[in-house]
Formats: sequence, C-alpha cells, structure tokens
Amino acid sequence: MRVVACVKQIPDPSTPYKLEEGTGWLLRPNDQVLDDTDRYGVEMGLQIAQANGGTLTLVSMGPTGSAQGIRQALAMGADKAVIVDDATLRGADALTTARVLAAAIGKEGFDLVITGTESTDGYAGVVPQMLAELLGVPSLTYATSVEASSDQVKIHRQTVTGYDVVTSGLPAVLSVTAGVVEPRYPTFKGIMDAKKKPLETLTLADLGIEAGPAQEVTGVNPAPEREAGRKIEDDGSAHLAIIELLEQKKVI
Amino acid sequence: MSVWVFVESSEGGPASAGLEIMSRARELGEVTAIYLGSASDEVAATLGDHGAARVLVADPGDRLAAAPVAAALAARAESEQPQAILFAQTYDSRDVAGRLAARLGVGVLSNANAVRLTDSGAETDHEVFGGTEIATAAIEQRPAIVIVRPKSYTAEPAGGSPAAVETLDLPDAGAAEAKVVESHAEEREGPQLGDAKVVVAAGRGIGSAEAYEMIERLAKPLNAATGATRAIVDSGWVPYSKQVGQTGKTVKPDVYIAVGISGAMQHLVGMKDSGTIIAINKDPDAPIFSVADLGIVGDAGQVVPKLIEALESR
Repeated sequence: MRVVACVKQIPDPSTPYKLEEGTGWLLRPNDQVLDDTDRYGVEMGLQIAQANGGTLTLVSMGPTGSAQGIRQALAMGADKAVIVDDATLRGADALTTARVLAAAIGKEGFDLVITGTESTDGYAGVVPQMLAELLGVPSLTYATSVEASSDQVKIHRQTVTGYDVVTSGLPAVLSVTAGVVEPRYPTFKGIMDAKKKPLETLTLADLGIEAGPAQEVTGVNPAPEREAGRKIEDDGSAHLAIIELLEQKKVI
Repeated sequence: MSVWVFVESSEGGPASAGLEIMSRARELGEVTAIYLGSASDEVAATLGDHGAARVLVADPGDRLAAAPVAAALAARAESEQPQAILFAQTYDSRDVAGRLAARLGVGVLSNANAVRLTDSGAETDHEVFGGTEIATAAIEQRPAIVIVRPKSYTAEPAGGSPAAVETLDLPDAGAAEAKVVESHAEEREGPQLGDAKVVVAAGRGIGSAEAYEMIERLAKPLNAATGATRAIVDSGWVPYSKQVGQTGKTVKPDVYIAVGISGAMQHLVGMKDSGTIIAINKDPDAPIFSVADLGIVGDAGQVVPKLIEALESR
C-alpha cells in the first residue's frame, strides 16, 4: 500500500513572523521546522503503512533550505521524501500548491494521501480538498479517528454538533485533525537514519507544470488595537471583581 | 451583479454562519443562496427574508457533500457566470469551496473578515499575525471564490419575500464516492460554541485534563459554552470541536472568560473581538492581558473554584 503524507516546512512559530516589503509574502528562513499539525498525518501514515504492509512517502512544496523540517518527519519513520522547490513558486496560492502536490503525488503513485487540516503559517484550509479534486478521488476531511485497510478507509469526521462516520474506497485523500493519533517522538536511531534517507528535490520543469499567478497582497496595515483594561493581583478576593463585572454586563 | 452564498443547514434551517454572509451579499448584488440540505417553505422564507431572490437546493442525502455538490455548482457557475461565490469558513463549506475552485481552475481567498467586489474580481481583508495586522488580498477572476470567517458580519433579516426554490441536481460519481454512514451528536450542555453569549475557555495554565471539569462547572451557571486553546486540544485534553483560534473557531460572545490562556497570536485571532474579555493567568506578562478588560494575575486553581462557589450560591 502506497501512503503519502503531505508535510510543510514553516518558520518556527515561536519566532516573530515577518512579511516581505512589497509583495506581502511571508519571509522564510533557511532553517524551517516541520509544521506541528503535520506530525499527526505522518504518525497516521506510519501506522496505516505498517498495518497494511506499505510505504510512507513525504511530499512537500517550498524552499528546501536546510531541510530540517523534512528530516524531522523522516526521523519519525517515513521512508523517503520528495520536495518541490522552485523559485517561481514564491507566493503560491492554495490552488497552485494543490496542483504542484497533485503532480508530485501522481508521479509517485498513491493509494492514500494524508494531510493536516490546514497549515499553521498559510491556513487557507482548502488544499486537501483541491488536491482530492485534482487527483479525482474522494476527500475524507477533518478526521478525528481513522481505520484504513488496503481497499477502504473509514473515519470519524468532525461536525459542528459531533461527528459523522464516513467511508470510501481507495484511492482517497484524508485530512486529519490534531489529536487523531499521538505522534511519536523520533528516537536517536530514527534521527540518525533520517540523515541517510532519500530526499528528492524536484523543480516545476521536472513535473512538467507551470506556476499559476500568485495571489496578490495589495496592502498590509496595522489593525485597530484593543485597549487593555485593568489588571489586578489575586489576593484571595479577585473572584469578586469578576462577579461585579458579570453583574454589570447583566450576564448574571 | 450576481452573488451566490453557500448556506449550510443546522437543526433543519439555514445555519447562522451562512445567514451572516447574506447580510453582506445583498449589499453587493442579487443574491442566490445555495442551500445544503432539504428544502421547505420555512427555509425559502428565511433565506428570502435575509435577501435571497432564489435558492438552489443541494441535497446530497447520504453522500459526503464535497464532491457531488462541487461538481454540480461548477457546471451551474459556468453557465450562469456569477460574479462571486461566498462561503463560510466551516467544515462542509470549506470542502465544497476547495473542490469547486479546483474544478473551475480558480483561486480562493480564505479567512476573509471583509469582502468587496472589484471590476474584475474581489478583494478581502484578513487578519495576520494574530490580528495585529490586516492584509488585503485581491483576485481577478470570475467567479471570485471567497471563504469568510464566521462572525465577520451580523445576520439580520431584511424583510424580503420567500426565495424561489430550484433543485440543484447532483451528478452520480459512482462507487468512488465518500458516504456518510452514521451521524452522532455529542452530548452538550448549554449553547453551541459559535452562538453562545458567554464563553469560558481554558489553556495549558489549568494544569491538567482533569482540571477542565472546573471549566465545565463554571460554564453552567453562566449558560456559557466551553472552549479551549490549540495547545490543550493537541494534548488530547479536549476535542477539536472546542478549539478557538486561527485553526479553530472564531467566537464573538458578549463575555469571554480565558482561564490559564497565555494569549498566543493564534488564539487571539479567534476571540479578540469578544465584547468583554476576562482573563485569569499566573504570568503577569501574558499577552492575553493586553486584550483583557479585566485581568486577574493569579492561579486559576485558586480563583475559579471560588468563582464557581459564588455563582452557585446565588
């Protein structure tokens, strides 16, 4: 069974993000980390590949840089990685991203593609669905639990009021929410092995496609600031200040 | 100008996230609602009252909506050429929007807090960096597909007559389709997170998964919904459905009580437009205090039980 997990390298979320002057695009340092939300898809992919005697391939798009983030996912146990890195992809929108990933995944071959729900840095939130449409397969989205066999996948899909049980045959695209599985931490051996695993870099020419027009950011302006109110130290009676405010707001 | 608005159903009627967008759409042009669910006179009346001249009803039955509804909408959009199709940033809407855009070969503007039409497409404002900056993005295409964050507009009836009902026939995709085989509603006390007037939310500062019970107890006398940060959702303390923030829900209650929440950018973007914000946190420098109307520097484990006791004894 050929399982693919889509992963993304993002600037470390604990550092301040900066936009490039003029384009409004996010500036990406050489060292990027694995998007935390992708760890769930990688773990899910490892478990499914293992249970069904398959392989897990990582597919990514963006500047490779030091490839630190991709190595993090390889260290968890994925077999290999393919990263599409092309200067013309700067500022790529969700559709271009989906087209590139679909081309790379199509070239690899797949039975099941696993993605997160949305990336932490771009969070357009529509790449999994676009990918499924472009690959011509069902999209099973917002999974909170997953069972997969060699020819079928069954998920609990998050809804506003609870969850639906959704099934489909394979091939399919699956997007998982955080918490769908407990991602493993890479072992020392895993980290050492990851350095030797195949990491293939492709350009758009290799895939035979061209980048679409970038989404145009026409302006970035400071948002109106909300003013901080009063701040008090709890001396054992701070709850009374809350009660008072709730009364004032007629909540109680 | 023809503007389409995708409206999901909730408890047999149009969901509020869709009706909110109708308020904006009717200022932009003539509105067609795409209703995901089964048609009734009441649905046509509500959608008409919110400004729809026409409703196209898409009822996928036991099929997962995304693929068949996107296929049907793509065909309809190609023949009718609407200027824009607006979606809410909610589960089924996002699924349909993504597949539809890929099918039509057009881009999507996501996370919009405001949407405007231009001569050749649309532009939107969306918050970046936890809402400290507002970015404006533009696309030149027809239809312009835009996904709007809930609570960006207010749902208000405009007094229109019932919308004309038309059925959108969904193509058969055969065996390769995803099917919904069961639906489960979580047992929930109190209002839904997106609609609640009061929200009590917790972050890692409450200390443990068990401590979340305290949050549920606090919510009860306030008739509040309970929420959470991504950190404790990722830790498996509470389900994803409770997540407030960039990758979760946007809420705008009258009162938001943040317990043990430091106030990461990704959380602030989902709640900072609440009417009144009350924050309890041990760290006096926590960023949450910069948006709080009342900030309590203290241990949630001390303050909250006293607060519960005071509320329950009233």
